[in-house]
Amino acid sequence: MSQEVFQQLVATTTGVLLLTAILQVWGRSLVRSIGLLAVQGAALAGLAFTVGFHAGEPQASLVALIVLVMKSVVLPAALLRSARLTGETRERPAALNPAVELIGAAGLTLIAYIVGTPLVGDNPDPARQALPVGISLVLLGFWLLLIRRSAITQLIGFLVLDNGIATVSFLASSGLPLTVELGASLDVLLVVLILGVFVVRMQRQQGHSDITELKELHD
Amino acid sequence: MAALILLPLTLPLLMAGIGFLFPKAYWTLALPIISAAALLAVGVGLIIAVQASGPVVAVPGWLRVDALSAWMLAVVGAVAVVALWGGAPVRSKSKASVGSFTALLNLFLGAMSLALVADNVGLMWVAIELTTITTAFLVASGEGRNSLEAAWKYVVLGAVGVAIAFLGVALLSAASGSHSETGVSWTSLMAHAATLDPAMTKLAGALAVLGFATKAGLAPMHSWLPDAHSQAPAPVSGLMSGVLLSVAFYAILRIQAVTDAAVGPELMRTLLMTAGLLSLAVTAGLVLTQSDYKRLLAYSSIEHMGLLAIGAAIGGELAMAAVLLHILGHGLIKSTMFVLAGRISDASGTHRIDGVQGLLRVRPDLGAPFLLGTAGLLGFPPFVTFFTEVAIIVAGFTRGLGWQMALACVLLLVVFAGIARQVLAMTLGAGVRQQGRPVWWRRLPIGLALLTSAVLGFAAWPLAGTLLAAVGALGGVR
Repeated sequence: MSQEVFQQLVATTTGVLLLTAILQVWGRSLVRSIGLLAVQGAALAGLAFTVGFHAGEPQASLVALIVLVMKSVVLPAALLRSARLTGETRERPAALNPAVELIGAAGLTLIAYIVGTPLVGDNPDPARQALPVGISLVLLGFWLLLIRRSAITQLIGFLVLDNGIATVSFLASSGLPLTVELGASLDVLLVVLILGVFVVRMQRQQGHSDITELKELHD
Repeated sequence: MAALILLPLTLPLLMAGIGFLFPKAYWTLALPIISAAALLAVGVGLIIAVQASGPVVAVPGWLRVDALSAWMLAVVGAVAVVALWGGAPVRSKSKASVGSFTALLNLFLGAMSLALVADNVGLMWVAIELTTITTAFLVASGEGRNSLEAAWKYVVLGAVGVAIAFLGVALLSAASGSHSETGVSWTSLMAHAATLDPAMTKLAGALAVLGFATKAGLAPMHSWLPDAHSQAPAPVSGLMSGVLLSVAFYAILRIQAVTDAAVGPELMRTLLMTAGLLSLAVTAGLVLTQSDYKRLLAYSSIEHMGLLAIGAAIGGELAMAAVLLHILGHGLIKSTMFVLAGRISDASGTHRIDGVQGLLRVRPDLGAPFLLGTAGLLGFPPFVTFFTEVAIIVAGFTRGLGWQMALACVLLLVVFAGIARQVLAMTLGAGVRQQGRPVWWRRLPIGLALLTSAVLGFAAWPLAGTLLAAVGALGGVR
């Protein structure tokens, strides 16, 4: 793979990652947000393949395949199932208005670039240069966890955060060994499945899955 | 010897399989106790083996036990025996799904063992995430909305925290610049600490400690802890407070050893000292007004984790040996206390402190050990916690951390007064004697745990070699 193609592929995949995350903050439809998550997963798989292939890792395509199946098919499908079971397709009315949410997202992306600069340094490697995208995905995931009330969107926020961490790990170290990637994906899948079960139970017990209503336990 | 490492990983899996096969059988409650006892035996065996011939490696780069791992395995085993044996629900109170409950407990024990014997940093991360997964349904197994709320917060915060730690692990692997098949192991990181990229190691260490501190219940990332530990059933609370927090703290100790060797101790000292003092302050602020005795115990766990963080921040042989001994002492006493709290709530039907009075007269079989255990938690002599707390504070003063230690002492006094007041309100006073003393084999683990933690302080000298070897595994004196 020539340096130029590599640079273009890294730029495209990280661009899609950032764009989908911003659109998730913007939109209010849960179904569309889950669709965006699937696109994000595919972009992440593309990034994993590009970086791994460029570094000459023999297992690059296998890691990319695992990422593709997990993040682009299995996890979105699990979320969609929880959303169907609870009958929630739209986000609950939020505390902030959409403009503030988007300005917050833009600010966080800016912060990610400021924080990421010392890590990038004067490293000419395009993969290193793209590190701030991963950090902004982490921050946008946190932002979704903060501003949204529906339990399903909390799960989406957690997965965006996780995608951001995976992005950083691929860009910084071209990934961890296959066994660890596999274990980590399985862990995330189990966490999402467990939380999915909790969402359905919540829906049954209180008729909605608004997590701001969870305030029985306090001091 | 290498086979010894595989036993605590495979036996819980086997036991869990049996538990799933007999989902309704009451006798399955014995299975996790067998696993825990095996864990204790293996831990002790490995301590001896490591002392005789150095670290034991089962799979190079993946599974390895040094003096610290062996010590922690023994601690987890000992505390788990107390929590599971003492906390086993009586037949009439046990749920229909007792088999799956015990299977999850077994898997939980297996996940903790894996975290302790993993040499690979990524594998340890996977194991710590598995502890959250296996305990999720255990926390949610209580009745009603509250346990679901507690479990939701626990899993979301635990998963996010551990995800942040994954970022640290990934950056640590990037800092080492390693492209080997198996990734980075603690052994290779410690051996090549000087060649790690300093800027990246600092960021990686800070993120990893932040993430694992969420799981260890250190302030300000502790908000899930009182909810989860108060809503879970007694044996689960005992295990989570007694050892799961310490397993997460073990991960922090490993990260600290690597970052200290690579970029010097200042970063971790500041982080851990801040988190430790903050944890003491949070506990001091909330025990005074606490109205639920299980939450009171949960806050006491935050306090003790804070003390451990302060001890680790101080560093040096005395403080670190005291920290490791404190993990055992606190684990034994705290699991006993949660078991007793479960029995008190069964007897009185309430979690509220003002709902329980005159326990020493009403149920002396519960009141007396509860009062003794509280004395242990508060660091009264002869309990081992007295010696370890004094050792940590003294080590801090000798290392020139005067004002921090003074602040810690003041906060400890406030916690002391708060918890003592609440527990005395529960145990003293008039009351009518009630029946319901449990059979002898249910009282035995309580007595054993309290006795052990009481004599441990005096009998610590045979352990000195073991403890110092474990401190040495962290890179020695700093």
